[in-house]
Amino acid sequence: MIISAKNLDLTFQTNDGPVHALKDVNLEIEKGEFVSFIGPSGCGKTTFLRCIAGLEQPTGGQISVNGMTPDEARKARAYGYVFQAAGLYPWRTIGGNIKLPLEIMGFSKAEQAERVARVMELVDLSGFEKKFPWQLSGGMQQRASIARALAFDADILLMDEPFGALDEIVRDHLNEQLLALWARTEKTIGFVTHSIPEAVYLSTKIVVMSPRPGRITDVIDSPLPRERPLDIRDSKEFIEIAHRVRDGLRAGHQGDV
Amino acid sequence: MIYIVGALILWAMGWGLNARLANGPHAKRRTVQIAVPVIFGVTILLIWELIVRGLSVPLVILPPPSMIAATFGQSLPILWADFVQTFVKGALSGFFIGGLAAFLLAIVVDRYDFLRRGLLPVGNFMAALPIVGTAPILVMWFGFDWQSKAAVVVVMVFFPILVNTVAGLRDTSDMQRDLMRTYGASYGQTLFKLRLPAAMPFIFNGLKIATTLALVGAIVAEFFGSPTLGMGFRISTSVGQLALDMVWAEIVVAALAGSFFYGAIALIEKGVTFWHPSQRT
Amino acid sequence: MFKRSILPVLAVLGVIIALWYATCIPMNAAWTIQQLERSGETMTTTEHIVDSWSQERPRLPAPHQVAAELWDTTVMKSVTSKKSLVYHGWITLSATLLGFGIGTTLGVLLAIGIVHSRTMDMSVMPWAIVSQTIPIIAIAPMIIVVLYSVGVQGLLPKAVISAYLSFFPVVVGMVKGLRSPDAMQLDLLRTYSASNAQRLWLLRLPASVPYLFASLKIGVAASLVGAIVGELPTGAVRGLGARLLAGSYYGQTVQIWSALFAAAILAAGLVILVGLIERMTLRKMGERP
Repeated sequence: MIISAKNLDLTFQTNDGPVHALKDVNLEIEKGEFVSFIGPSGCGKTTFLRCIAGLEQPTGGQISVNGMTPDEARKARAYGYVFQAAGLYPWRTIGGNIKLPLEIMGFSKAEQAERVARVMELVDLSGFEKKFPWQLSGGMQQRASIARALAFDADILLMDEPFGALDEIVRDHLNEQLLALWARTEKTIGFVTHSIPEAVYLSTKIVVMSPRPGRITDVIDSPLPRERPLDIRDSKEFIEIAHRVRDGLRAGHQGDV
Repeated sequence: MIYIVGALILWAMGWGLNARLANGPHAKRRTVQIAVPVIFGVTILLIWELIVRGLSVPLVILPPPSMIAATFGQSLPILWADFVQTFVKGALSGFFIGGLAAFLLAIVVDRYDFLRRGLLPVGNFMAALPIVGTAPILVMWFGFDWQSKAAVVVVMVFFPILVNTVAGLRDTSDMQRDLMRTYGASYGQTLFKLRLPAAMPFIFNGLKIATTLALVGAIVAEFFGSPTLGMGFRISTSVGQLALDMVWAEIVVAALAGSFFYGAIALIEKGVTFWHPSQRT
Repeated sequence: MFKRSILPVLAVLGVIIALWYATCIPMNAAWTIQQLERSGETMTTTEHIVDSWSQERPRLPAPHQVAAELWDTTVMKSVTSKKSLVYHGWITLSATLLGFGIGTTLGVLLAIGIVHSRTMDMSVMPWAIVSQTIPIIAIAPMIIVVLYSVGVQGLLPKAVISAYLSFFPVVVGMVKGLRSPDAMQLDLLRTYSASNAQRLWLLRLPASVPYLFASLKIGVAASLVGAIVGELPTGAVRGLGARLLAGSYYGQTVQIWSALFAAAILAAGLVILVGLIERMTLRKMGERP
C-alpha cells in the first residue's frame, strides 16, 4: 500500500466561519494504480490531493505516503505534482523548466541533461528544448509540466485537473498519451478531474466525492482492461461505469436540489 | 514680421506633413514613427528661432536655438567637466550605492513578515515625500563636493527601489510557490530560482524611476552648495549672470544624460526580462 | 488589525527614533569635546549624552528638538507671523495647488487631443514620454529668473514650475487611461453609431478615472517638489524652500529639519487627500470596495 488515509478531517477557518473541506475520508491506494478523484467544486478533491502532497495540514485523522507522513514524503521527493495550469517559469526555456527540480535536488549536470532528454521524449516534446514557454501551445505547455514532474522519477504522480483548461481534442490526445506513459513507467497516479469520461477512461479506481462537507460517497474499481484505445469509450462496460459515477454524483447532490 | 509669417507657414507645413504621414498608408512603419516626432521637434526648434529673431526677444528671456547650439559647441570642456562632476561622480555613484542598499534591505524585509508589514508602509510613505529637501542637511554633513550629492541621490533612489523590490519578491503565484514546496526546495533555492527572477520586472521599474530621481537629486543638491563646477552649480550661477544660453546648454546636457541613463537601464531590462509580456512585442 | 498592521509600523518607527537619538550622540559630541578642550573642563558620559540632545545648533538635532520647533512655529505663532511655518507652508501650498491645477487641466486636454488625433499622437507622445526621463526641474531657476525679468513674480513663477512637473505624468497616465477600453467596449458604442463626443464622455473618460488618479498622486507630489525648488534660486524669503535655504545659510539645523518635516507632512496630506477623493469617486462609480 502506497497511500493510506484514515478518518481524515480538514476544516478551514474562514471569515464566514469554519468550512468543512474534508470529513472522515478513508482511502487506500495500491502501488501502480491510477486513481481519479471526481466531484463538483467544493467537494474537497483538490484539497485531498494537496493533503497527500503535504501542501495542506489535515486537522484530524492519519495519512501516510510510502509509510511516511506527507511532509516527510515531500522532503524525500516522493512524488511529482502537476497543477491545473502548466505554471512554467517564463524566464526559463522548456528544457530549463524541466531541469528546475533536478537543479534543486542536486543532480549532476550530465545526469540533468540526460534526464531532460529522456522525459522530453516521453511526453513527445523532443526538439522544443530551447523554446520558451510562451512560444508553445497550451497543450504543449501542459505536457512540459508533466515532463517536469516526471524528471526526478518519483514513484507517485499527483495531477490536479491538469487538462481542465484545454479543449476537448487536445485533451483526448493527452489522455491517450498519459495512459501510454503510465503503462511504460508503472507509476502510481492520483488524478483530480471534473469530467466523467476522463475519469472513467483513465482510471483503475474512481473516487466519487461530494461537497458540504467534502467526503467520499463511492469508490469504483474499474473492470476495464489496462490497455485502452480511445474507442473503448463507446463500449458497454464504459457506459455502465459512467452511469455509476453519475449516480454517485447525483446522490451527493440530493440535499442541494 | 517676415520671420513671424515664416514661422506660421513653417508650422502649417510641418503639421501638414505630419498629418499626411500619420494618416497615410505607411503610418505603422518604423521609419515613419521615428520621422514624425523628429519633424515635430525640428519644426518647433525652427519656429522658436524665427520667433525669437522676428520679435527680437531679449537674450535674457529666451536665446534662439542656434545660439544655444553655438554655446554648447564652444563650451564642450566645461560641459564635460560639469557632467563628470554631477552625473558620473554624484548621480551614478549614489545610484549604485542606494540601489544596492535598497535591494539588500528588500531581501531582508521580505524574509521577515513583521519587518515587511512595518517597513513597507513607511517606505511607501517616504517614496512620496519631497526627499530633495534633505539636500541642505546632507550638504552640511558631507561637504560641498560630490560626496554630499551622492548622499542625496542615495536617499532619493532608496525608497522607490526598496518598495518595488519588496513588491516584486512577493509577486509569485500560490501555484509557483507550491511547486517549489513539492520539490522540498530551501529558502535560498526558492529565492534564486523563483522569486528573484519573478521580481525583475518590478526591480527594473524601480530602477527606471530612480534614474530620473538620481539626476534631480544631484542637480538640486548643488543649489545648496558645490565646488565651482557641476551642472546644478553652472545653472544657478549662469542664471545669476543672465547667461541663459549657457543654462540652456546645461539643460541639453541634463536631458541627454537623463535619456541615455534611462535608455541604458531599459536596454538591460530588455535583456534580463525578455520573457515578460511587456517586453515580448 | 492592530497586531497585523499597526504594531509593526509603530515598532519600525520606534526603532527609527531610537537610532536617530543614538546617532545624535557621535554626530554632536565632537563639537562639545572641542569646546571642552578649549576650556579645560570635563564631562561625564551621561552629561555628554544629554548635551548631544540639547545643543542649540547640533549637526543632527534630536527628534524632540525638531518636534518642539515644529510645535513652536505652528501652534504657538500667529499664522501671519514670518516665523510661522503655517504661513510659509501656505505660501508653498498655494503655489503647489495653483500649478497642480493648471498642469492637470492642460495634461488632460492634451491627452484628449492625443487620443483623437493620430498626428498629435505620433508627433507629441514620444516627446511626452522622453520628458519623463529627464530632470525637468533643472529649468526651475531659469523660469523664475526669466519671469522675474518680465515683471512676473511671487506665486505665478513657482506655479508654472509646479504645473510643468505635474503636466507630463498626467498626459502619459491619461493617454493610457483613455485608451484602456477594450475593442469590444468600443465596438459596442460603434453598433449604436455613437459620436466621438459620446464615446469620449460615456466610455473613455469614465474608463480613464483610475489611471487619472494614479497620475494625480505622482503629479501632486511632483508639484510640491517643484514649488519648493522654485523657492531656492531667487533668494526668496517666504515659503518652505526659503526656510530650507535660509536654514542652510545660517547653520540653523533645527529650522531645516522642521521645514523638512513640514514639507513631508504637506506632501503626505496632499497624497492622502488625492487618495481619499479617489476612493470616494471610484466608489460612486461602482467599484467594489
